[in-house]
Amino acid sequence: MAKLQLAAEKQIREIVERYKDEETPLMMILEAIQSEYGYIPIEVQELVSSLTGIPVAEIYGVVTFYSFFSLTPKGKYVVGVCLGTACYVKGSQLVMDKFSEILGIKPGETTKDGLFTLDALRCIGACGIAPALSINGKVYPKVSAGQVPGIIKEYQDKEANA
Amino acid sequence: MEQIKTRQDLENKVLKCTDCLTKKLNGQDGKKHLVVCGGTGCISSQSLDILAELEKLIKENHLEDRCTVNRVGCFGFCSQGPFVKVFPEDRLYHAVKVKDAARIIEEDVIGGRCITDLLYEDPVTHEKVEKQDDINFYKKQIRIALHGCSLINPEELDEALGFGAFKGLARALTMSQQEVVTEVLNAGIRGRGGAGFPTGRKWQFALDQHNDEKYVVCNGDEGDPGAFMDRSILEGNPVAVIEGMMIAGYAIGAKNGYFYVRAEYPIAVQRLRIAIEELEKVGLLGDNILGSGFSFRCHIRLGAGAFVCGEETALLNSIEGRRGMPRPRPPFPAVKGLWGKPTIINNVETLASVPYILREGAAKFASIGTERSKGTKVFALGGKVNNVGLVEVPMGTTLRELIFDIGGGIPNGKKFKAIQTGGPSGGCLTEKDLDVEIDFDSLVARGSMMGSGGAIVMDEDNCMVDVAKFYMEFICDESCGKCSPCRIGTKRMLEILTKITEGRGEPSDIDDLKELADATKANSLCALGQTAANPVLSTMANFMDEYVAHTRDHKCPAHVCKKMITYKILEDKCIGCSMCARNCPASAISKTETPSKKNPKMMVYHIDPSKCIKCGVCISNCKFGAITKE
Repeated sequence: MAKLQLAAEKQIREIVERYKDEETPLMMILEAIQSEYGYIPIEVQELVSSLTGIPVAEIYGVVTFYSFFSLTPKGKYVVGVCLGTACYVKGSQLVMDKFSEILGIKPGETTKDGLFTLDALRCIGACGIAPALSINGKVYPKVSAGQVPGIIKEYQDKEANA
Repeated sequence: MEQIKTRQDLENKVLKCTDCLTKKLNGQDGKKHLVVCGGTGCISSQSLDILAELEKLIKENHLEDRCTVNRVGCFGFCSQGPFVKVFPEDRLYHAVKVKDAARIIEEDVIGGRCITDLLYEDPVTHEKVEKQDDINFYKKQIRIALHGCSLINPEELDEALGFGAFKGLARALTMSQQEVVTEVLNAGIRGRGGAGFPTGRKWQFALDQHNDEKYVVCNGDEGDPGAFMDRSILEGNPVAVIEGMMIAGYAIGAKNGYFYVRAEYPIAVQRLRIAIEELEKVGLLGDNILGSGFSFRCHIRLGAGAFVCGEETALLNSIEGRRGMPRPRPPFPAVKGLWGKPTIINNVETLASVPYILREGAAKFASIGTERSKGTKVFALGGKVNNVGLVEVPMGTTLRELIFDIGGGIPNGKKFKAIQTGGPSGGCLTEKDLDVEIDFDSLVARGSMMGSGGAIVMDEDNCMVDVAKFYMEFICDESCGKCSPCRIGTKRMLEILTKITEGRGEPSDIDDLKELADATKANSLCALGQTAANPVLSTMANFMDEYVAHTRDHKCPAHVCKKMITYKILEDKCIGCSMCARNCPASAISKTETPSKKNPKMMVYHIDPSKCIKCGVCISNCKFGAITKE
């Protein structure tokens, strides 16, 4: 736990405190930490364990079970290509392959510069506009493999201008 | 905010809100009323920018006393969005762009003219259709679960109250708990989440348990890839789902209800949260609701991306802060559920239909549908069909009506091949099943199932072995690992399917797959494993020829499985424009010495199969149809 910065520790204490009146709040605590920090490293799990009394093995079990929780940091932009059925039959695999090819990473990985994480999503409920993808929550409708370079450039330019 | 403490308060408030909404919609207030779709699909096509632009223009032109604009929930016809609808004319503009906002204000609001080119055009007759209900996509629909979606602002409680909300609960509170359960039993409604278990019976089990603490859980963990009705209902009319949950709570004697919603649905969660807060403020959630002595509170819990949590006992484990693994049944949740207390778990669509049953009466609900499946069902029609979107039709509608009348048939003149219903637990239905009346039992009898209502249409370009592999990949990934038949069975089946689609299959694979499928089906702990093999079994039953072609001849008849196809340039058609070669990412295309027959000055091109990565870029770039897959 030594590695955890004081500010982070304080914030995690606050999150645990926030849900203290809930029955079985573990999922709520982990969701809050995930959305705050983007990942839940083992040091944080140990802290949550010591604050809640839930064994760290159990917390680790939960963190690794759900795809929303991550043990490693995600990129600044999380590209989620929907591979739900409606998107798949309309060619979303080709879109995914194009992202993989250009970014040089496989689904689940993050680029070396920490800018992009590529994720395969299981249906984001946007089947009416398939194939769909989402970048940090923004949904792109009816995407073709041909549009992929432009989409990536949009975010690279944003970074360059920032 | 004014409190709604008694039945009289509610009646007064409902009268006021109904009057206000009616006047708005039929123009009695002398204003134009614009509504803009705020569903996920339309938002992704800039509908919120359209809304902002309309608001800005109304202000700039000082039209506040002549026109109002409002954000509403999903119209269902997502592929044609974003939508802007104009009342009192009931005029629907589709595929609206931000730049069209100015025209809507100038030509329609100020000029009073219909903007013809923004109207939907019937793809067959090429006639412009002004009113929503005259569009074929909407003609056969009845909106019970989708009541109010695309009409009311989901973030304004007054609008929901003006459109029938809480009439159902108000009636339920005048009845005994048993009478409410009996009403739901008589309506004949079956669970909309997948299995189709009679909702009233579930409620009866829970009512019969004697316990001070009971729970209602709303299953909003809509995991079936290809289904999005729960999302649209929660986004379009969250108050209806809350009301349904409250009626269930009153009926079984629960004081607390939990919504379990996928974290992938942020807008739905936000609107649900707003609705709960509003209801708490006016006193419609909390203690002694409407002076009846009934107290109820709603809570929201988020999923974290695990398909298996749609299984009710896994969902309970997830709320309890554990890995979302199913529990053996019995005991059933109605006896021992959340935190060991009697619990009913109902799907979003089921709960959204409950207020209708109490408001309009069981008999009216039961008059819709078939002998053993009552009411309506929302389908998420997707894939290779012209009109993609959400459709709510009476049970007993045929697949042909669904795909061809409502869905407008298959795009690009392709041939219908199959429709997959029930998601990863379901199966596919083909040409011979098109005239089947859809209900829970008829689909099961044909080797598929209703599931949550996902309906993905496939055409001749889809390979059914590839589709089976797709679903198996999904299930294998989502199998929780608790029981070995599912954990190992799905993995082995996926390995075989991968081998087949990569051209390494052999005839004995088909028998191995069948054996594994039967074993996984018979021995898995929960429905996820028990139904995991359905996509394989059903594609085998209907498309054995494709399996044989893959394993015996190592050919993919639909030209989908990459390892078994080769790209070729047809010398007869190639004009030597070099478009393909310039865009080939693998530099696999080069010029030959053969002059083009169409354009003798140029040489035709050739694809080197050893370099080709089969990405298909050349085909999409060739304007002369000179490249084919074999």
